[in-house]
Amino acid sequence: MASESHVELNEVVRQYDGPPAIQALGPIDLVIDRGEFFSIVGPSGCGKSTLLDVVCGLAQPTSGSVRFEGKELCVEVPEGVGVVFQEDSSMPWLSVRQNVAFGLRTSGLSKKQVAERVDHAVGFMGLAQFADHYPAQLSGGMRQRVCIARTLVLRPRLILLDEPFGALDQQTRLLMGDELLRLWRETGATVLLITHALDEAAMLSDRVGVMSARPGRFIDMIETGWPRDRDSRVVSDLEFGALTARLWSSLREESLKAMGRAA
Amino acid sequence: MGGATGAAPFEGMSDLLLEDAQPRPTPRRRVRAFDTFLLVLTVLALWQTIGSWTKGVAVSPPWQTLVYLSGLFRTWMFWDHAAATLAAFLLAFLLSALFGLALGLWFGVRRFAGDVAEPLLAGFYTIPKVTLYPVVLLIFGLGLSAKIAFGVMHGLVPITLFTLGAVRNLSPVLIRTAKVLHLSSGRTILWILVPACLGDILNGLRIGFSLSLLGVLIGEMFSSQRGLGFLLVNGMAQHNVPLSTAIVTVIVVVAIAANTAMLRLGRWTAPRPA
Amino acid sequence: MKRRHAIVFVRIAVLAGSIIFLEVCCRAGIIDPLTVIPPSEMFASMIDRVGSGEMNASIMSTFSTIVFAFVLAIGFGILAGALIHRSPRLRDVVDPLLASYYSVPTFIFYPLLVALLGLGKAPLVVLGVLSAAPAVMISTLSGLDGISPVLIKLARVHRLSPARTFSWIVLPAALPRLFTGLKLALSYALIGVIAGEFILSGTGLGYDISFAYQSFDNRAMYGTMLFVLSIAVISNGFLYAWEGRLARRRSRG
Repeated sequence: MASESHVELNEVVRQYDGPPAIQALGPIDLVIDRGEFFSIVGPSGCGKSTLLDVVCGLAQPTSGSVRFEGKELCVEVPEGVGVVFQEDSSMPWLSVRQNVAFGLRTSGLSKKQVAERVDHAVGFMGLAQFADHYPAQLSGGMRQRVCIARTLVLRPRLILLDEPFGALDQQTRLLMGDELLRLWRETGATVLLITHALDEAAMLSDRVGVMSARPGRFIDMIETGWPRDRDSRVVSDLEFGALTARLWSSLREESLKAMGRAA
Repeated sequence: MGGATGAAPFEGMSDLLLEDAQPRPTPRRRVRAFDTFLLVLTVLALWQTIGSWTKGVAVSPPWQTLVYLSGLFRTWMFWDHAAATLAAFLLAFLLSALFGLALGLWFGVRRFAGDVAEPLLAGFYTIPKVTLYPVVLLIFGLGLSAKIAFGVMHGLVPITLFTLGAVRNLSPVLIRTAKVLHLSSGRTILWILVPACLGDILNGLRIGFSLSLLGVLIGEMFSSQRGLGFLLVNGMAQHNVPLSTAIVTVIVVVAIAANTAMLRLGRWTAPRPA
Repeated sequence: MKRRHAIVFVRIAVLAGSIIFLEVCCRAGIIDPLTVIPPSEMFASMIDRVGSGEMNASIMSTFSTIVFAFVLAIGFGILAGALIHRSPRLRDVVDPLLASYYSVPTFIFYPLLVALLGLGKAPLVVLGVLSAAPAVMISTLSGLDGISPVLIKLARVHRLSPARTFSWIVLPAALPRLFTGLKLALSYALIGVIAGEFILSGTGLGYDISFAYQSFDNRAMYGTMLFVLSIAVISNGFLYAWEGRLARRRSRG
């Protein structure tokens, strides 16, 4: 089993120094298997984004260990990890094609190889028509697709996504979810998706972790049991309703707690 | 920087500095007060160093300047000159403000005219207006009217541009709201247009204020026998360094005080979002 | 006709119309020739003076001073801006100063600068730098502020070295606002130097205008004036258009 685990978190805690000292996260124990599609849902402020930062090495845990492919993470983001952020991280001064090629600037690949990979990624994400456009000319959904394509060219083995579709309307989100599944199947990467949308987590993942209000801990872990070749049409499945209901029942109380705190 | 790249060159700049308009939490305020105090001390020390190092040939040291100033304030001559500057400045600013607001409003409402005029006005702002001074003198002669003309030359354009921008940037949804509420034209202007545009207009007035003063002073510096600008240049010509330093100090203090006051007024009447 | 074209057309028409109107008034004697000479004569005078080479020394002097001041202002401004940006405490103190800086007429320091540095190029350069550097500082601060934090995170995810983070992310992201500052710096440096030469100097185009005025040589005065204004308009216009191109790509959306 240990050789199959891709990401391992052990007693991870993240605290912020005060005053007052805030425990943002933990303790967290989590094992994600290679090739798994794992989602995390939780109330706002529970530390989901912090968890993602810790997993990819952007933030260090105050205590506990994080292992990626068996090796403990040190200060920087390890090779083989791709991240798609919540905010639009497309670079406005580069065209779509140049944006996607950005990640390969330090790769040492030849121009031809870079062009090949870029063309493939751009085509895969359905951006071929807009390859020479600039982000300012694209919609929010397309811009996120650019960011995903940029991650894709690096052929990461672990893809982290922090509420990537948060700013999009529901219909676009459903379609983007399909794109994500396609990506997952084609690359065979492990995917960790952070989302506040229960239906998204329920329909896309192999497994969903439910986090409590701050300090975030896992209070439930649900296996969805979907087949690998699923897509957004799973929403019509009866199982889907049951899943979402179970997620919400675990989550509702935590959300109220988080809201009470905020109010 | 907004869609219209024809925005006035300095508009973006003062926007940049006004973003900070929220009150700070107390500990930070105290640190800042202390740091400002340190800064003032540093400036005074620098001033003192340059003053004594050049043996008072270029700049008069702080303490001597203060002493000289207190003496100067008791002379009739100083206040006579100060009054001359003040009179010229007030008239220049008033004219700049009135015409600037009127033109700005008109250009703002009449989009086409505004679009035509804006780059011309912005262009006028960037040219060295001092090169046009002889023309002004030839037209107005030496004297008060020339000084006022200089002041207006500098102050009119920014006020116009800011007012133009303010009206143009008025969110159309506000006008639609006014129509839905069946407001008359007068009420629309008074209850919606003016409060919405007030912040930018005050900003323009503040900058117009400083620039009118600049125009009047520079006019006095080379073409007048009265006024603080004249005193300054005269002081240099007669190697009266304490006088020159004192005049510079007075101008700097007045300019900064007025600008800060207008900034505060602007924030108080039209608080900006974070 | 598209609205955009109509605007440009009207603008040119207004300018041309004003010039023609002025020309007619001058020729018809409505305007005293001792006050204002006809625009065609101004233009002729400018061509003559530039062509004959009698302005060359002044042109060299003024331009070199402006360029020197401009370059110094940029260097100092960007450096100071970057340093201030790194220290929030320093920034807290400096921000209000920068906000009030341009309310003080920089020219009033010019006589003091002359007393300190003598009557030559040095006080002019200092005056130019004093006029232009704060604009660069302000725009550097604003440019650095405007960098979306997610782009910095992106640099870390791609494991970019500090040097690469700077040249591949920080610089391009800050460029639009920085460029605005450079545009302003040029016009302020130009204004500062010319004004200084005008008030108190022995050489340069500003001095030439003042001298011509005092010698009642209207023709020479207007010729030089037109030259200075043309250069100012062209150089500013060029930077302005360049800035527009930079901005258009990034914000059409």
